[in-house]
Amino acid sequence: MEPLSRYDSLVDDPAAFHAACDRPLPSVVRVNDIKATPDRVRQAFEEAGVEFEAIGWHDGLFRLGEGESPGNSWPFVHGWVYGQEEVSAVPALALDPRSGERVLDCCAAPGSKTTQVAARMDDRGLLVGNDNDLGRLSALRSNAERCGVTNLVVTRQDARNFSLKPFSGEPFDRALVDAPCSCEGTVRKNPDAVESWSLDHVEGVAGVQKGLLGRSIEVTRPGGTVVYSTCTFAPEENEAVLQHAIETHDCRLVEFDIPLQSSPGVTEWKDETFDSSMQRAKRIYPHHNDTGGFFCAKLEVEG
Amino acid sequence: MTGGNEGEPTEENDGSRFDRLPATASDRTVEGRPTRNAVIEWWVDRFGLDGNAFEPYTFWEKGAGKIWAFAADLESPAAVEGLGMTFLRARQEHWKPTTDAVQRFGRDAERNVVVLDDDEARAFLRGEDTDPNWDGDWGYLIAAHEIAGGIEPIGVGLYLYGELRSQMPKGRQREF
Repeated sequence: MEPLSRYDSLVDDPAAFHAACDRPLPSVVRVNDIKATPDRVRQAFEEAGVEFEAIGWHDGLFRLGEGESPGNSWPFVHGWVYGQEEVSAVPALALDPRSGERVLDCCAAPGSKTTQVAARMDDRGLLVGNDNDLGRLSALRSNAERCGVTNLVVTRQDARNFSLKPFSGEPFDRALVDAPCSCEGTVRKNPDAVESWSLDHVEGVAGVQKGLLGRSIEVTRPGGTVVYSTCTFAPEENEAVLQHAIETHDCRLVEFDIPLQSSPGVTEWKDETFDSSMQRAKRIYPHHNDTGGFFCAKLEVEG
Repeated sequence: MTGGNEGEPTEENDGSRFDRLPATASDRTVEGRPTRNAVIEWWVDRFGLDGNAFEPYTFWEKGAGKIWAFAADLESPAAVEGLGMTFLRARQEHWKPTTDAVQRFGRDAERNVVVLDDDEARAFLRGEDTDPNWDGDWGYLIAAHEIAGGIEPIGVGLYLYGELRSQMPKGRQREF
């Protein structure tokens, strides 16, 4: 059986869901506000004859024409744009960081969301980009440098035991947990994600995700915000991870708005039931907005 | 140790961690470490930038002479993998700006900016030497070009004997 069929009971239109999963995704770039404006990027693309179109819900995203490669253009060289899947711009919007705050991105590499968060902070305040893999950290550093980010501290820690020691023990105002996952939602650009699917992997990675989210809640101040996101559909990696967090930590899911079509998080899956507040999370299926698949929830730390 | 002369630098640079630069020479505890003031002054002198633009930044050394600019502050020394962006190579006769810093701060430069034409800009980006029209200073220049209605820095060029040597790092070179 095709692994994605296990979600047919959750999806509003399974035929449209499967059809969308089979279509390739266009290349998208996000404008890096630290160095450029959407107008200047538009003008540079026009001068260079790059085919592109605006994306209605976000004025800093451009969809490129077929065969256009985002890395081979002056706007890329100047750090004006970052190649980023359209739907992956959602968690930084949900996090809504402010200039001057202290923000943690615990699984930061290779840096599309980190650089987006830096830009939304106006490159002011303290942004910590953490990852545990040296090769991925080097990609994070070079992407952040190309984007002109100056407020980023790069750390290499296991985020499940993230230490505040380099930060004088002070907690963060906001934390982003864009967790490693089974990546089912990336099937449109990477069909292997589904071909190598196994329930063992889903359950294994869910254990890691619980550790990442739990520690991120612990290092965020009371009243602060934690955003949890994955690019996968499996409730084991989404609602079940959040359910574990609200049972073991002082926190709650809160409502948030995004200008994209989505479905609420689920409250039942297989033999499990989840808290009704899971409906405040958002499931974005590929057929909703013709994007990749995504999951995003926003939590407030209490106590 | 030098025998307790007060105010003499007594420590050596530790290349594995980030140390905040001393504000002035009298605050210096590590031999040869450039001061914050000297680092800012260099950008002001060389490129005519407004020194106030660098006020919000802290400056750090990791590795010998590798200076980083960071928009916030941490306790020094800091045992982290990266702190802001690489900014300047000091501890050598001619200090050298980084590609990242020139791209980030060079747009407001008032001198020592060489504006390349289309072909020269592409050659510079490929890492090649060019022969632009320049009768100004020798040494490290900001290489820029015109794009989308403005002059935008590309990177650092070393101007010597009538030619501009591209300092684009290998990983940033492109051909298109």
